[in-house]
Amino acid sequence: MQTSTETVIYNRAGQRVVSPDYLLFEAPRTKHFMTGSEAVKEAVKRASVDASVSYPITPQSEAAHLIGELWVEGYVGVYFRGESEFGVMSEIAGCAMAGARTITTTSGPGTLRAFENFPMWAGTRIPVQLVLMARGVNSPLSIQPDNLEVGFLLDTGCMIWYAENAQDLFDMILAGFVVAEQPDVHVPVITVVDGFFVSHTREAVMLPPDDIALPPYNPYKAPMPVIDAEVPPGRFLRDPFVMKSNYISYATHASWQWEVRSAIERSRPYAKHYLRGLVEEFGDPSAELVFVACGTAAAQSKEAVRLLEEEGIKARVIKLKTIRPFPIEELRQAVKGAKYIFVPEFNVVGWLEREVRRYLYGHSDAEVIGAPRVAGGMTMPAEVIVKEVLKLTGKEVKHVI
Amino acid sequence: MSYKIYEINEEFLDVMPQEIKDLQFKATWGNPKRGVMDLPYSKELIEEHSLCAGCPESMALRYILASLPNPEDTIIVNSTGCTSLVFPHIALHTVHSLFGNQNAVASGIKRVLEWRFPDKVKDVVVLAGDGATVDIGLDCTLQSFFRQEKITTICFDNEVYANTGGQESGLTVKGHVFKMAPKGKQWDKVPMWQLAIDSGCHYVARLTVSSPKRVETVIKKAIYVAREVGPTYVHLYTPCILEIGLNSDDGLDEMRQRDKERFAFFEYVSEPAKEVIERKKEEGLL
Ligand SMILES: Cc1ncc(C[n+]2csc(CCOP(=O)(O)OP(=O)(O)O)c2C)c(N)n1
Ligand code: SF4
Repeated sequence: MQTSTETVIYNRAGQRVVSPDYLLFEAPRTKHFMTGSEAVKEAVKRASVDASVSYPITPQSEAAHLIGELWVEGYVGVYFRGESEFGVMSEIAGCAMAGARTITTTSGPGTLRAFENFPMWAGTRIPVQLVLMARGVNSPLSIQPDNLEVGFLLDTGCMIWYAENAQDLFDMILAGFVVAEQPDVHVPVITVVDGFFVSHTREAVMLPPDDIALPPYNPYKAPMPVIDAEVPPGRFLRDPFVMKSNYISYATHASWQWEVRSAIERSRPYAKHYLRGLVEEFGDPSAELVFVACGTAAAQSKEAVRLLEEEGIKARVIKLKTIRPFPIEELRQAVKGAKYIFVPEFNVVGWLEREVRRYLYGHSDAEVIGAPRVAGGMTMPAEVIVKEVLKLTGKEVKHVI
Repeated sequence: MSYKIYEINEEFLDVMPQEIKDLQFKATWGNPKRGVMDLPYSKELIEEHSLCAGCPESMALRYILASLPNPEDTIIVNSTGCTSLVFPHIALHTVHSLFGNQNAVASGIKRVLEWRFPDKVKDVVVLAGDGATVDIGLDCTLQSFFRQEKITTICFDNEVYANTGGQESGLTVKGHVFKMAPKGKQWDKVPMWQLAIDSGCHYVARLTVSSPKRVETVIKKAIYVAREVGPTYVHLYTPCILEIGLNSDDGLDEMRQRDKERFAFFEYVSEPAKEVIERKKEEGLL
């Protein structure tokens, strides 16, 4: 109950400012039917966002349009279309350095065109959020779903989170700002979702009211000075000794790179809280057959678990919500007792399989199987996953594929 | 705004070199009439900067820094190159992010500062080499003009990629042999000042830095016009004495010679810019 001594604070858009915990966990939610792109709009609407810069590329364009609408409606302070993804990610950097809570979106080839900016973002410790609606990269030209590009992003110094569906995306965008802006974290967060499968399909999303929002960003809490000429010191990139060639400069550069990676590590407890754990488990906890997956591959694996049940095979899914930081301990714990670990993926290189192998090495006797793997826009029917399992167990394949 | 842009920790004061201390104690903040005439008594750039001895880029930087009307509320965005080497040796708010994206970063900074501080004047000035401005960064440079970003762009044209060891750039003179143009540059120098006019800049000037007072006036005009009207562009010849084989005391002569030919003083002023410049003159600020 509110007492007379409590003051209600409103953000610039006139929404009531509430705590992240209230917004994410306690506020009453109602069911809405919407696409992933619309879920982005709904999240940005409740995130007290200061700035966004956009550039069209399928499948993220609609999300970027909708953020523009929020700007017209007064929910976003600064919005414009940049000249290219390289330009946009640079403009976004400027916005964040000047003290704005900043978000942008891109997909596939746009990600690669912008690439030089991502390590720069991390190196300048700006808590920018990029919503990446993953899509195939050229050549040949493709606008189809694929998440190969995430493999390139893994080691840029940005946090990488992975949403399974529109609901995840909505919650992750809000949590993303909260975690990225913790003074001891303060690095960018890339919130990934499989393009088309999530951006363009409609599903039920539970939303808190839209007249409440996250507390506004306070740039003066940042570990690096904000570039607004209000507080000394104003110098931003401290090149002097890093730019020289001597032992101190090497050590400085090296320690800065470690520091960025450490900042990602420090995000763990916050991410654990605001994402309700870094992994989600589904299925029979005693099953020896385990799927480790993220994004829509996790959704398809859950379907496969249901189908396998009909075949009399017990299986379970470990869905990874964060890839950077990687839920190392959570995964090691969760695969205890596993005999077979399948890693289904939407890309040709199997970047998640590599990650899983790397962190399970010496910690699990289970056989890791990088399958099934689809790319180039192919869907991954649950039956394909089931077939892979049945092949391994020597069982007859009943489902027609 | 804070005049404490650059503050040495008190406990370190006794061990700091004098010229570092001068950056703090001989700074000329808070006076819009400041200019190059203050240079003998103030400190803008330390002597031990990392440019070659006698490099005209250091001269240019001194004149520009001394002329900023509002240094305490000015953000300089720079780019990779010899220019970026001097920024660690000045006492101003600076951003160096990447090579060629300076106008894009500046656009983001300017827009957010205008939004966060609607009642304050905050100038954003881009300062980069010819490679950064006209080759790798040309897209970002021109697009910021098209978008009418209220920023001042200053190009240090040394007609070469100096920092990487003397490669031909888009602004190298036709026929000149530099690394990566072993048969001589194949096409004409890009007329960037003209592109700036055609792309929507409201004040454009081309000059060498042989005359400090002229640099001061041009920079002040460019900043005042950018503040009120839209993008402005200043093209300065700052010869790379190293790559064209001159002694460290030859830079000034080289510029004086070019004053008469390809860097003859040139100025373009749009109608709305004229009004601002007239008003600033009346206010005694130009
Ligand atoms: C993306 C990228 N490409 C190339 C470089 C290498 N590089 C560093 S400085 C420089 C030349 C800078 O030339 P210019 O902008 O004309 O400035 P100057 O050094 O002549 O003052 C180049 C090519 C880089 N840092 N980043
Ligand atoms: S290389 Fe040329 S431009 Fe660079 S500092 Fe030396 S003289 Fe100046």
